[in-house]
Amino acid sequence: MATATHLLTPEEAHADVPLEAVVVRFAGDSGDGMQLTGGQFTLSTALAGNDLATFPDFPAEIRAPQGTTFGVSAFQINFGSAAIETAGDQPDVLVAMNPAALQVNVAHLREGGLIIADEGEFNARNLAKAGYQTNPLEDDSLAKWQLVKFNISQLTLDAVKPFGLGNKEALRCKNMWTLGLALWMFDRSREPIVDWLKTKFAKAPQLAEANIAALNAGHAYGETVEMGAAVKPRHIAPASAEPGLYRTVTGAEALGLGLVAGAQLAGLSMFFGSYPITPASPILHHLSRLKEYGITTFQAEDEIAAICAALGASYAGQLGVTSSSGPGIALKTEAIGLAVITELPLVIVNSQRGGPSTGLPTKTEQSDLYQAVYGRNGDAPLPVIAARSPADAFDCAIEACRIATRYMTPVMLLTDGYIANAAEPWRVPDMSGYEPFPVQFADGDAPRANGKVLPFARDERLARPWIKPGTPGLTHRIGGIEKNPGTGDIDYSPAAHSEMTRQRHQKVLGVAADIPEQDVCLGAAGAALAVVGWGSTFGPIHQAVRRMQGRGHDVAHVHVRHIWPLPENLGELLRSFGRVIVPEMNAGQLKTLLRDQYLVDARSLTKVSGQPFRIAEIEEAIAEALDGTPPGNLRPDATQLPEGDSGHDDGRILREGLAR
Amino acid sequence: MNELTPIEKTTAKDWATDQEVRWCPGCGDYAVLKAVQRTMPDLGVAREKTVFVSGIGCSSRFPYYMETYGFHTIHGRAPAVATGIKLANPELDVWIITGDGDALSIGGNHTMHVLRRNLDCQILLFNNEIYGLTKGQYSPTSRVGTRSPSTPFGSVDRPARPCAFALGAGARFVARGIDVHKGLPDVLKAAHAHRGAAFIEIFQNCVVYNDDVFAPFTAREVATEMQLWLKPGEKMRYANGTKGLALDHDALALKVVAGDDPAVLTHNPQNRMLAHLLVEMPGQGFPVALGVIYDDPAPTFEEAVLEQNSTVTAGKKPDLQALVSRGQSWQVEKEPRAE
Repeated sequence: MATATHLLTPEEAHADVPLEAVVVRFAGDSGDGMQLTGGQFTLSTALAGNDLATFPDFPAEIRAPQGTTFGVSAFQINFGSAAIETAGDQPDVLVAMNPAALQVNVAHLREGGLIIADEGEFNARNLAKAGYQTNPLEDDSLAKWQLVKFNISQLTLDAVKPFGLGNKEALRCKNMWTLGLALWMFDRSREPIVDWLKTKFAKAPQLAEANIAALNAGHAYGETVEMGAAVKPRHIAPASAEPGLYRTVTGAEALGLGLVAGAQLAGLSMFFGSYPITPASPILHHLSRLKEYGITTFQAEDEIAAICAALGASYAGQLGVTSSSGPGIALKTEAIGLAVITELPLVIVNSQRGGPSTGLPTKTEQSDLYQAVYGRNGDAPLPVIAARSPADAFDCAIEACRIATRYMTPVMLLTDGYIANAAEPWRVPDMSGYEPFPVQFADGDAPRANGKVLPFARDERLARPWIKPGTPGLTHRIGGIEKNPGTGDIDYSPAAHSEMTRQRHQKVLGVAADIPEQDVCLGAAGAALAVVGWGSTFGPIHQAVRRMQGRGHDVAHVHVRHIWPLPENLGELLRSFGRVIVPEMNAGQLKTLLRDQYLVDARSLTKVSGQPFRIAEIEEAIAEALDGTPPGNLRPDATQLPEGDSGHDDGRILREGLAR
Repeated sequence: MNELTPIEKTTAKDWATDQEVRWCPGCGDYAVLKAVQRTMPDLGVAREKTVFVSGIGCSSRFPYYMETYGFHTIHGRAPAVATGIKLANPELDVWIITGDGDALSIGGNHTMHVLRRNLDCQILLFNNEIYGLTKGQYSPTSRVGTRSPSTPFGSVDRPARPCAFALGAGARFVARGIDVHKGLPDVLKAAHAHRGAAFIEIFQNCVVYNDDVFAPFTAREVATEMQLWLKPGEKMRYANGTKGLALDHDALALKVVAGDDPAVLTHNPQNRMLAHLLVEMPGQGFPVALGVIYDDPAPTFEEAVLEQNSTVTAGKKPDLQALVSRGQSWQVEKEPRAE
């Protein structure tokens, strides 16, 4: 994030590590309320003025069996006084609420990092469930970390005793006790959390009081109990940021707000058709509460109905939007083709997750780029935009609405599970700074020939008129069958199909003239190495490139937001670099697209573990690429590097390009 | 429709497009098209306020021949597209044109839900018990034993009954008509007058792949014996009044009795149980129930959506700046560090 707002200082740009930053990971059972704890800690961190990035990491099971490793839910936050772009490679602090949480997460903890464990949960039963033969808190297995243990469960029970809760309900306050301790450790105010608890439990004041008591007890425990040098309060100075009003925002929230803003800037009502799917559903939830902005939300019977209803609404003059994740987008594919051939505006949001098929429902991946760019029957081009961070999702959503309405085309907006769930500080935009793009519906002046309306006549952007049913004198028929280039009447003559295919193609390619030129977001054109990324890999790439530059390496970061059509200058820019590597959370999809479009020898760094890239992984790839050794864990794909005359050999094109 | 200007007078010709109709000669679709074009001028709706939405199949070419707005969509999805159209502009008069494969095979889910939600629209299901456009495979309404290119030894699966399906899905208007029968326009008018989803099964003859499949009750020589045209408030008599339907109380089913039997039932289109009995009549020894079988309006989907939209937004003013600023926020005052 912070990229959007944070002002990079020269010290930071050259620092090996950010000025001061801490990564804390809260881990516990699915039922322990770790996401809530993390969310509230995020809020207090934001209010303290730190820059931050978060990574909620939770299982697909709603309530996995208690105490199991697969039921572990974690929330990681990276915060600091400098620009934070990722949730952090390695936690400095791990809060483990049970043995399973320790088991799953401890390996990632920085050597010398701090473990805070709830001793009360380390009983024989839980240890066995987590696969521990002996209690790790008692043997020496955690020696390379600092360990602090106390019985959080018992301390919580003691703290909430006066409120007469049952044992189960009382133990539920554990997460607030833990949060209280964390607030003490990082010198945070409890006030916003207390306010939040009072609102949340307005109907059950007893629960509110118990939770507040647990929060206070955790805080007081830190103040009064001597826990040794490992645990001491630490103040992280606020990050420098552009003055303005800030709030935290998740990607799903920002994207929803961006769609609202996009529809308003277009002067349209919005129709949002969706079918519940992880991790896309929060967008539906947000928008369903915003009806006063002219939004109708429709939870359809399936993914297909969701997009078809959205397309019907677009046909009738609203801005149709549909949202899903990869498997749902697959179901929508035929209807996307219908939107392409009928040339109606439509925004299709894909919150990507690990695939194929059901894949990894709650884990992130960016493996639907092929699906977005190529994944339809027939020649069916459409613009594709990818958001890079929660805050960026706002602007990307507006851009998707603009292109969809201006070009009468479906637009695919890519985000992912990481962006959807992660939170970051967001400088609240000044909406008066956004240029409206009001839609003009066709009326009496619609193009005609021989008295007949021409629904497929084209303007200077090759967009057809948007004619709303209900408009007198302009009755006409559209559909999925190939049509005459002007009248839209059924016409599957060779000439008509060739011409319509060409026009649809040209129209979408023309969007390239209406988007910003590709910039280099760190470094400069002509660097020895460019790290080219898209989507949510922005953060780790940016940090890695910054650190490598700090060490004197000639490396640049190019972040591609417009996946299709690609910016007009991108080919020339890519050819200016000595080498190009493309880190992606897939098996190399943007890499293939870039090779296809520009014949550049882009190389892959891939990661498909369901976890975001760590900065160090990209640093390593950069170092390898600069050494001339093939980067990353994917060796160059020999099948895509034909020898001989194809001109697609290892580096030759780049060298020749440089020579020119 | 709350029109301020009177609807201009039209004739059937005004509702026809300049497009050449491309169904097989003798296809029942021609008769349905004529019936619809003849009916439209009487409905009091302007052409520009009318939208025909179709899926895929022979019948789904229909919108191209109507001088209205039209959307020829994809296979089975017309109800979903129509739902978006109607929610976006409830003033539009929406007609869905579909077939037995489109509505009950690939689009069965959407047919169920558009009926359950009760979207205000007319659904014309052209049932010819065969896949015409793909050259003659059996369909979900084909009878057991139907020989077709994909079932050379006869189909083995039991057919769906469109009207029973519609009632089961919660339809509030269910009717039947026959492509070439003069009673079809009245059925269309009744469907249009019904606020909510109006489901009409039209027995439509496929002259090429399933010719005369409905002849056992549509052929001229058996028509009076086999067709029971229902009229609200009138006795359920057929065969020139010589036969009638009565309730077999013990079997909880309908039975055929003499036309003058005092037990002959009176048609009440608001009686849902009666509708179930009528659409489930076994065939053998029974007539086919035609006309408006069930007509009992209920609140429509788009009304409910609009009403909720207006109720929950009452007193709220859209303010984009306030919206993006919502939630717990903080002000960063200080100047950025000097570069």
